[in-house]
Amino acid sequence: MKDHATLAEEFIKDEARTNWHDETLWFVRQKRDKAAHGLPEWEQLREWASQIKNHTLSNMDRYLEEFEKNALANGIRVHWAATAEEHNRIIHDIIKKNGITRIVKSKSMLTEECHLNHYLEEQGVEVVDTDLGERIVQFRHEPPSHIVLPAIHLKKQDVSDTFHKHLHTEKGNNDPTYLTRAARVHLREKFIASELAITGVNFAVAETGGFVVCTNEGNADMGTHAANVHIACMGFEKLIPKASHLSVFLRLLARSATGQPVTTYSSHFHKPKPGQEMHIVIVDNGRSNILGKPDFRNALKCIRCAACFNTCPVYRRSGGFSYHTAVAGPIGSILNPNFDPKKYSDLPFASSLCGSCSNVCPVKIDIHDQLWKWRQALTKAGYVPLMKKIMMKGMAFVLGRPALYRFSGASARWVLRYMPFMVKFKINPWYKQREMPAPPKQSFREWYIQNKKK
Amino acid sequence: MVYSKQKEMSSRDKIFSAIRKNKPEPVPFAEPDASVVISYPDLFEQFKTVLTAIGGSCIEVSSAAEANKLIAELEKGAYVIDTTADYPENLASLSPGLLASVDTAIIRGLTAVAENGSIWVTEKEMVNRLLPFIAQQLILVIHEKDIVPTMHQAYEKITINETGFGVFIAGPSKTADIEQSLVIGAHGPCGMRAVVIKN
Repeated sequence: MKDHATLAEEFIKDEARTNWHDETLWFVRQKRDKAAHGLPEWEQLREWASQIKNHTLSNMDRYLEEFEKNALANGIRVHWAATAEEHNRIIHDIIKKNGITRIVKSKSMLTEECHLNHYLEEQGVEVVDTDLGERIVQFRHEPPSHIVLPAIHLKKQDVSDTFHKHLHTEKGNNDPTYLTRAARVHLREKFIASELAITGVNFAVAETGGFVVCTNEGNADMGTHAANVHIACMGFEKLIPKASHLSVFLRLLARSATGQPVTTYSSHFHKPKPGQEMHIVIVDNGRSNILGKPDFRNALKCIRCAACFNTCPVYRRSGGFSYHTAVAGPIGSILNPNFDPKKYSDLPFASSLCGSCSNVCPVKIDIHDQLWKWRQALTKAGYVPLMKKIMMKGMAFVLGRPALYRFSGASARWVLRYMPFMVKFKINPWYKQREMPAPPKQSFREWYIQNKKK
Repeated sequence: MVYSKQKEMSSRDKIFSAIRKNKPEPVPFAEPDASVVISYPDLFEQFKTVLTAIGGSCIEVSSAAEANKLIAELEKGAYVIDTTADYPENLASLSPGLLASVDTAIIRGLTAVAENGSIWVTEKEMVNRLLPFIAQQLILVIHEKDIVPTMHQAYEKITINETGFGVFIAGPSKTADIEQSLVIGAHGPCGMRAVVIKN
């Protein structure tokens, strides 16, 4: 199992691409800022959203009961899955029962978390992902590298090559409009023929027993309204109490995600169309366990906007695949250790703890605090590599002794100046893929003492 | 055997019992207050500006009759399904394959939102749920008086479960999944126009 640092090393080998990735996501972050600053009540919206989510989490059983009752009354079939395996099995059973072979799926991070496509493939069932980015990565047998922009790790020539191979587009035609049109023709055929559509859920409303799905492409709607069976999959934390609360979340979601004022389609499903079956699968898969951890339960407020991805200096320069999980980025780094602390013990360290993630989070999750708490919890539990532990202990030893600290700093500056070969060698992780800084002439302390006297 | 009589706990029970055991103490919350949010001096202008910025367009007319005349001219020769006027009796059950050849769908919108250029449409007005998504072009007809400032006022005005399906539509279908280049017309309409009937 390769860790974040090793996988990131592979990603940044291509410097031009890394820079493009970094700048493109930063551009998305800037669009988010512009959208947020356009609303004087932005901070109030975040506060409302955070409070509604905290309140819902603290009354989750009551609201789930209310949702179930109302959804059943609407004619929606409600299923409960304690684990990812059960979620996959429920969906496979519905497929088998109806003798279905043509299946389309719009974006759902939960189905990624449960590895639904892989499971169904093993049962001989093919699922066509219909979000353009997801279809691209599906052709390439890759997972999405970003929860909102699944193919952000790819350049248009990569997409062109992939489409040439699978959709027989012109070789070397990299025009995004041309490529999107080709996917449109291909996917509209899939929609028209589909018998079953799987979607995620952005928000489920307890009061009305319905749910909301947001897309820009219209792929969730094309699938669900064409098919005779609709299965919506949700983690139970997607629930909110009332319809009026949707205003707060829909105002925050797209602005935080891409800087749009709202997604093109915000679809509210309450009843199946005549002759249609509508199912909802409500999944736990470790969430109730997170609910019991005061330090970490807050992460269940997440609405999957990916603002924390786009702002993160580590994500932008290391790419989604370096997180080796369905939900990457800062939020993934605090969610995944809950599911498997050993496998994901590297993720809370893939951060500079700059706190930018917490600042942009539309539901005020204390992401960087949790990253820091996870580092302690994982170290305590013995999941942190010995070398890192020794380094940290050594660091603490030096930092706790001012005289030793001053001596170490002076030595480092002296070495950098007179014996750079001592640090500029391959084994030093700080020298990998970067230049060592020029040594300052004096330390801050020396400068301060000198200048205080003036 | 006592144990054999015990029914195995269902997943539903398991989930509920874990949630009840683990949930925190009840946390109170403040209901959102629409009176403290942004307002716009001219709702129509704001709506038009945003809708244009997100790839849609806005046509002003003075009456419903003028709207009909304008639409008839615009869509001459095209395969149009107009649910605001006469439409095929079997529209509700029309197959996806047939709907895929519709050039233009014309549907009445109930509420428009100035802050984001979206229009609320329900199953009742669209007749067939697939129609507004599968048509190559979409025209939504709204009255200026039905434009509200923000989503807060929109949710006060609409009832989301009045019909089985409702949707806020903001502009044409779009994607930026290839190198973040915006392409209008992903799977759904390549163009979306709002016809706004003034007063």
